[in-house]
Amino acid sequence: MIRVRKLVKRFGLKTVLRGLDFDVQAGEFVAILGPNGAGKTTFLRILASLTRPSLGEVVLAGCRLPAQAAAVRARLGVVTHQPLLYGDLTAEENLRFYARLYNLPRPADRIEEVLDLVGLASRRRDLVRTFSRGMQQRLAIGRAILHDPDILLLDEPHTGLDQEACDMLDRLLDQVAARGRTVVMTSHDLARVEDLASRFDILTGGLLRASAHRQELRGNLLDFYRETLAK
Amino acid sequence: MEPRPKLLSLLTALSTLLFLAALAVIFFYAPLEATMNYVQKVFYIHISTAWVGMLGFLAAAAAGIAFLITKNLKWDIVEVAAVEISLVFFLVAIVTGSIWAKPSWGTWWTWDARLTTAAILEMIYLAYLLLRQGIEDPERRARFGAVYTLIGGLSVPVTFLSIRLWQTIHPAIIGTASAQAQGGFAMSPAMLHTMFFALGAFSVIFITLLWHRIRLGRLAEIVEQRKLQAVE
Amino acid sequence: MTPSRRVPSSPPSRSSFARAVLAVLWKDLAAEVRSRELLSAMLVFALLVILIFNFAIELAPDLRPTITPGVLWVTLAFAGTLGLNRSMAVEKDRGCLDGLLLAPVDRSAIFFGKMLANWVFMLLVAVIILPLYSVLYNLNLFHPGLLLVILLGSLGYVAVGTLLASMAVQARTRDILLPILLFPVIVPLLLAAVRASGGFLQAAPFEQIRPWLNLLIGYDAIFLAVAYMLFDAIVEE
Repeated sequence: MIRVRKLVKRFGLKTVLRGLDFDVQAGEFVAILGPNGAGKTTFLRILASLTRPSLGEVVLAGCRLPAQAAAVRARLGVVTHQPLLYGDLTAEENLRFYARLYNLPRPADRIEEVLDLVGLASRRRDLVRTFSRGMQQRLAIGRAILHDPDILLLDEPHTGLDQEACDMLDRLLDQVAARGRTVVMTSHDLARVEDLASRFDILTGGLLRASAHRQELRGNLLDFYRETLAK
Repeated sequence: MEPRPKLLSLLTALSTLLFLAALAVIFFYAPLEATMNYVQKVFYIHISTAWVGMLGFLAAAAAGIAFLITKNLKWDIVEVAAVEISLVFFLVAIVTGSIWAKPSWGTWWTWDARLTTAAILEMIYLAYLLLRQGIEDPERRARFGAVYTLIGGLSVPVTFLSIRLWQTIHPAIIGTASAQAQGGFAMSPAMLHTMFFALGAFSVIFITLLWHRIRLGRLAEIVEQRKLQAVE
Repeated sequence: MTPSRRVPSSPPSRSSFARAVLAVLWKDLAAEVRSRELLSAMLVFALLVILIFNFAIELAPDLRPTITPGVLWVTLAFAGTLGLNRSMAVEKDRGCLDGLLLAPVDRSAIFFGKMLANWVFMLLVAVIILPLYSVLYNLNLFHPGLLLVILLGSLGYVAVGTLLASMAVQARTRDILLPILLFPVIVPLLLAAVRASGGFLQAAPFEQIRPWLNLLIGYDAIFLAVAYMLFDAIVEE
């Protein structure tokens, strides 16, 4: 589903990603772990077609980025640090706007469904401006899955969520994964992702240093992470 | 550090000589103009600096297009170099223009199409520098800079046209003066020689300065790179 | 600037382009109906500018037809920068620009949607200040020619303005940058708009006004095309 070869990203003279290789099969749930400043966000933004790679090959669902980005965008759902929502529109209007951009066939039904999924049905007519950080994040996730994307990319989605919202997000992600969708998520919260992802990749210093499946680790994610960073 | 290319050293020496020679030709070879006397000599400097300003302006627009197509940051260095040189030379052209205007039209400034356009171009380039200052990411800075030079580059001829139009419909305040703006005096062959010599000399000076400034930009980039390497 | 990206596997049809433009336009208008922040700020500011002009230059009755076009266009241009800044800042605030860029729509559709919204806001401001000005200075401004000039002039203004505002909001100095970037490049537009407006208000022969109208149309055409081509280069990281 995702194939990345020798990916290099430079910002001016500063190299953030230095020749990174990355593969994800369809239906996999990959958590990318790493310390701050490792290049996780940059990597995710490149996968999301928001940032151009400096060098290397990025192929998503058979489409090469950035040349064929337009073809793949409809199959991509993205959650970034920011909610990507308009404060002066209601929750429903925000989703309706994105439904129009994605040209969804029956938007009203789908919006209803998504609002229920993220537990905001009762606040649908409230302005997003009045939402708490956690509620905005929930709606942002709703926005990302609105068009039922094949690939879901999430950048630290648990940040700013309370316990309840975190659990809701985890259930949602489980559902998405159970339906065979591909998920790539960055995180620095090992405890959170340990039971969520099927594979753990560690990104540090602009390279993926290690990768392990959940079965291989048998609950020793923290050790695996520490050992990799210590190398 | 890469050593200074031989050709560049040669050009620098040549530019210095040509500049002195141009001054000599202007002051000793060119005949005194009958009505304006010595003040007329500023005309040669004026037209030469305006010419270099134009060259820089065109070079900047071309470099902007080249950057947007290739996304190669070396064009950004060329663009900044051209803009900076153009900025300075147009400023000299405007000042010498004023020096010319005072005795001949009795005023330091006229809203003549060329003069006004040059002033607006200065504004565009100052805005360009302010824009660049506000952006940290070099790639984005280059992109925005290129876009703005293109927009500015397209608006300048339109500005010139519009001011021309304004003056043909509204008679110029200083009456016939604007008709005198160009070739208001009869050019003798010696004056023409002087003018073309000055134009040629300043063209060489432009190329030399541009090269120096591009080289400076490259060296600054190398220094940045070394700094980053040292940090890592 | 990057033609390769314009050939997705299923080329976006004309109807999907129009749909995306309208979606962005609808979104901006709906948000504005809700908050009324942008229009009210533009309007109050426009009225203040007119008020300041009133004291700064003597608007004696016999001078009004000659000075009015200038006052009007300076007011519109100043109020316009407020609107443009705000319109793009909204996109930057909660990362919405990323949301737009992630959508499977042409980038230029986003540009035209934003531009049309800005155009609507400018025209609304004009529609409100024209009668006010007419009443305040006892001067009939409802001349069809003047309305045409406002239509054309504000179109070119928002075409360049939307483009430059989308650069300005991404700079560190975003609050102060837009007018500095915008005003030097819209000199010909303002000159033409002021002259054409003046021509209509003073009932000058059409022969004298036509070159200015041509200039306005030419400016609009050039900068709409340029903005269409360059918007990609601004939003594409």
